Amino acid sequence: MTDVSTRRPLRLGRFVLPAYTHLVLLWLFAPIVVMTVYGFNDTHGRLNIVWSGFTLKWFTDPFGVTALTSAVKTSLLSATIGAVISTVLGTLIALASHRYRFRGRSLLDAVMVMNIAASEVVMGAALLTLFLTANVPLGFLTIVLAQVMFSIPFVAITVRARLVGFDNALEEAAQDLGATPFSTFMLVTLPIIFPGVLAAALLAFALCLDDYVITSFVSGQTQTFPLWVYGATRLGVPPQVNVIGTFIFLAGALLSVGFSLMRGWRNRQLARESAV
Amino acid sequence: MFLFFLLPILTLAIMSLQSGDFFNGFVFTWNVGNYSRGISLYSEQYLHAIEYGGAATIVALLVAYPAAYWIAFHAGPRKSSYLLAVLLPFFVSFVIRTLSWGVLLADDGPLFGPLKSAQLLPLDFRVLATPVAVTGGLAYTFFPFMLLPVYASLEKIDRGLIESAQDLYANRFEVLRRVIIPLSLPGVFAGVLLTGIPAIADYVNQDLLGGVGTTMVGRVIERQFEVSLNYPLAAALAFVFMLGLLATLLLYQRIFGTEQIMGD
Repeated sequence: MTDVSTRRPLRLGRFVLPAYTHLVLLWLFAPIVVMTVYGFNDTHGRLNIVWSGFTLKWFTDPFGVTALTSAVKTSLLSATIGAVISTVLGTLIALASHRYRFRGRSLLDAVMVMNIAASEVVMGAALLTLFLTANVPLGFLTIVLAQVMFSIPFVAITVRARLVGFDNALEEAAQDLGATPFSTFMLVTLPIIFPGVLAAALLAFALCLDDYVITSFVSGQTQTFPLWVYGATRLGVPPQVNVIGTFIFLAGALLSVGFSLMRGWRNRQLARESAV
Repeated sequence: MFLFFLLPILTLAIMSLQSGDFFNGFVFTWNVGNYSRGISLYSEQYLHAIEYGGAATIVALLVAYPAAYWIAFHAGPRKSSYLLAVLLPFFVSFVIRTLSWGVLLADDGPLFGPLKSAQLLPLDFRVLATPVAVTGGLAYTFFPFMLLPVYASLEKIDRGLIESAQDLYANRFEVLRRVIIPLSLPGVFAGVLLTGIPAIADYVNQDLLGGVGTTMVGRVIERQFEVSLNYPLAAALAFVFMLGLLATLLLYQRIFGTEQIMGD
């Protein structure tokens, strides 16, 4: 290992910095802890701020607020559709920009950077004016369109990172052996880039599910989960929000911990195989 | 990409030059007045955005750098576990995280409530509804965008360089100042950009954690669209805001190149 600490033990590196890093982690987890704990709060008023005893009643009735449940459903549905579409389009963009070093490539880079730089407020405002000008009724459709728009650059960047080092000759070889372009894609290209595509799809799903700012501009009367929660802050947020938030957190945490364990396991296996 | 990005921006630009009102319709009239009116009416909110967003970026950098340094150089085989731990809280919806900060920082919330009843804090002490809460919330919300690029650039540093510096009798402070910090600058610049832009534009933190008089320009744009229905003025405000960000970005790109931002 090239760990500096093993070569030259530093007190700063051994005590102060690790303690500091753990404090930072504490800070990062603080609101998550608050969210989960207040899901068990036996609150009676509208505000869920003062602790008033432990209860399981919110956890046994997570879908007790009808409007909240339907907002969660809308979110899951729009995020799924948005993630699928943006993954397909973003992957195609990544492949095109990798394969053909076309002249538009730097323009494409510029647009992607601009998209990130334009900031959510501006993108939300711009999409809203576009939909208003084009007379597109605001609602589920415009939410999905907006989500596709803002997640495409993230998909393209993620997939392109995976394409670094991808040899185009592999595709040519497959075609020389009589594969059609479609079967080349399915049998050669996709399996190679699949981990990147999967990661990009999950990222897009998470982005779509969580987006508040852009979605709020184009949603019309339709409520997604973040929009509903945000609206509820005016009147008091029901503890069910904490419960559903905890579930989403656990699902995301399990998924990512599982992924990283799987990757670690595969890396060790590969190392063992190459050692033989 | 054209359809998804440039077209909306173009309609935004056109909208910003229109005049009229919501009920009688808007007409394109090269109405530059929207711009001068927007800037003169809301210059304070533009300044708030730069102030809080800028402060939050600096806070995020100062908090993230030592932690990223320790993870990159000293965490050994547990590196990826620590990175995962940094990212895990961000699986929770952004709105809920900000709300939870509101609960945590509330005047009679779990943090200050007990301290106040124990008379360790004066009764009128507050963090919620102040610029401090807004800045802290922004630094928190966009923290991974700072930590990850800084970590990536620290991780890439050739350990041999540090050893050579030590062999040449550089002390720890000099190694940090002359080798590690300069080599990590690309990550710092990328982090500042990726944190700064969304932090300046955000209005959720300000709305949920800030009070009267902390309004940032993002909120003004949103209100003008959703409540005042003055689309041309809102579009002009948004367009000015975007141009400001874009100018900063181009300046940045001139100095450091796109690769830093795109990460390839």
